Amino acid sequence: MHDDDHQSVYDGLTGGDESRWAFGAGLEAPDDALAGVGAPVPVGVDPHALATYCLMLGDDALVHSHRLSQWCSNAPDLEEDIALANVALDLLGQARLLLARAAVVDPGVVPVLPAGSPVPDEDALAFFRDAAEFRNVRLVEGENGDFAVTVARMLLFATHRLAVLQRLTASADPVLAAIAAKGVKEVAYHRDHAARWCVTLALGTEESRRRVVAGLERVWPFRDELSRTTPVEATAAAQGFGVDPGSVSDEVEAVLDQVLAASGLERPALPPVGEVAGGAGRDGRHTEAMGLLLAEMQVVARAHPLGRW
Amino acid sequence: MTTALEVARRVVDPELPMLTLDDLGVLREVVEDGAAVRVTITPTYTGCPALAMMRDDLVHALHDHGYAEVRVAVALDPPWSSDWITERGRRALADHGISPPGPARRVDGPVVLDLAPTRRAVRCPRCGSSATELTSEFGSTACKALYRCTACLEPFDHVKEI
Ligand SMILES: [Zn+2]
Repeated sequence: MHDDDHQSVYDGLTGGDESRWAFGAGLEAPDDALAGVGAPVPVGVDPHALATYCLMLGDDALVHSHRLSQWCSNAPDLEEDIALANVALDLLGQARLLLARAAVVDPGVVPVLPAGSPVPDEDALAFFRDAAEFRNVRLVEGENGDFAVTVARMLLFATHRLAVLQRLTASADPVLAAIAAKGVKEVAYHRDHAARWCVTLALGTEESRRRVVAGLERVWPFRDELSRTTPVEATAAAQGFGVDPGSVSDEVEAVLDQVLAASGLERPALPPVGEVAGGAGRDGRHTEAMGLLLAEMQVVARAHPLGRW
Repeated sequence: MTTALEVARRVVDPELPMLTLDDLGVLREVVEDGAAVRVTITPTYTGCPALAMMRDDLVHALHDHGYAEVRVAVALDPPWSSDWITERGRRALADHGISPPGPARRVDGPVVLDLAPTRRAVRCPRCGSSATELTSEFGSTACKALYRCTACLEPFDHVKEI
């Protein structure tokens, strides 16, 4: 090992080595394929639809990850603090690969940055798009609320995502298939973690039960959006690279019923939230919380688009 | 002369330095062509922050042994499994107070919901007692769960099955 290479962990941040720039040291050295995300688009797959589909899955993971990471140092106990940070990290890893894949298959989706910016494409997508360009469902962007709200949200999100990722392992796009195969193993832990907490809170004290009931009621109306098939997802399913989210409903409902039964809880009888200006999260129509979330998440990167200060 | 494979096999994991990348099952392939080497590694978890460090350590080690051109590729497929940790790696983990993983659960069809705390036959790496209990399914790094021994009362890490 070269001792001089490791004298200061900050050496690489300001030097000329772009693989260690300030917003995420790592895999973007030009000759290292970012986990092979550069594989060619398969025949019969529309690149723009593939990129948009990757943004949907990637933005869901990125925004949910950001909300979960806000629990850092605020969770009910140290173990849970670490657990939520781990779940957030898994999702951030998935988001990074998905956004990188989107940028490779359709460079037109990547925001244009000043000449000389070392910001890699997936970071440009995460930090330099406005709310209207984000494709995540509104379920994941809402304020955290208390721990029970986060448990309820994680349960709905992870249950749905696990079912989608399992099918996505057979995607016609080899990169999506590989990301999904890794993601299944990770999200299975997330789902079971949320489900156990749901049961624990429901069967705990009167107060914990009241809170998990309120948590489920808060996120339940946003559930609908996860399984509503957008035109892009219909194309994705038809061309064999994506999953029609409506096709996983039976499996998702069965899991949720199992968790609710073990918790002694009823399904909340609440109608789905309406659309905003004729659209929902997948169309870039978000709630007010999204703008505030992005302001916090993006402020440093936007202040320093050249990655230096 | 030492082969590139031999050099790469000696590089250790940045977070579990008692283990080589080879013993962890992260080192997938080393292809040597004169002074050029192409190494393929795979992340344990998608968000593994140690991947860049693994790459740098491999590059430095190979440069030090005279390989001028080193490329490290990251492969996601097939996904890493804790089953790939070698026997020697498992012994090294246990020797350093970390409980090695059991067999990974097979995923065939929908992943069955598991509402009970994960049951594993985990022995305390310090005193050998099987009187252990799970503290948290998530530990100090993405690949570990947190346990406690009820015999000697010490906490310890367990590498998760994935
Ligand atoms: Zn013990």
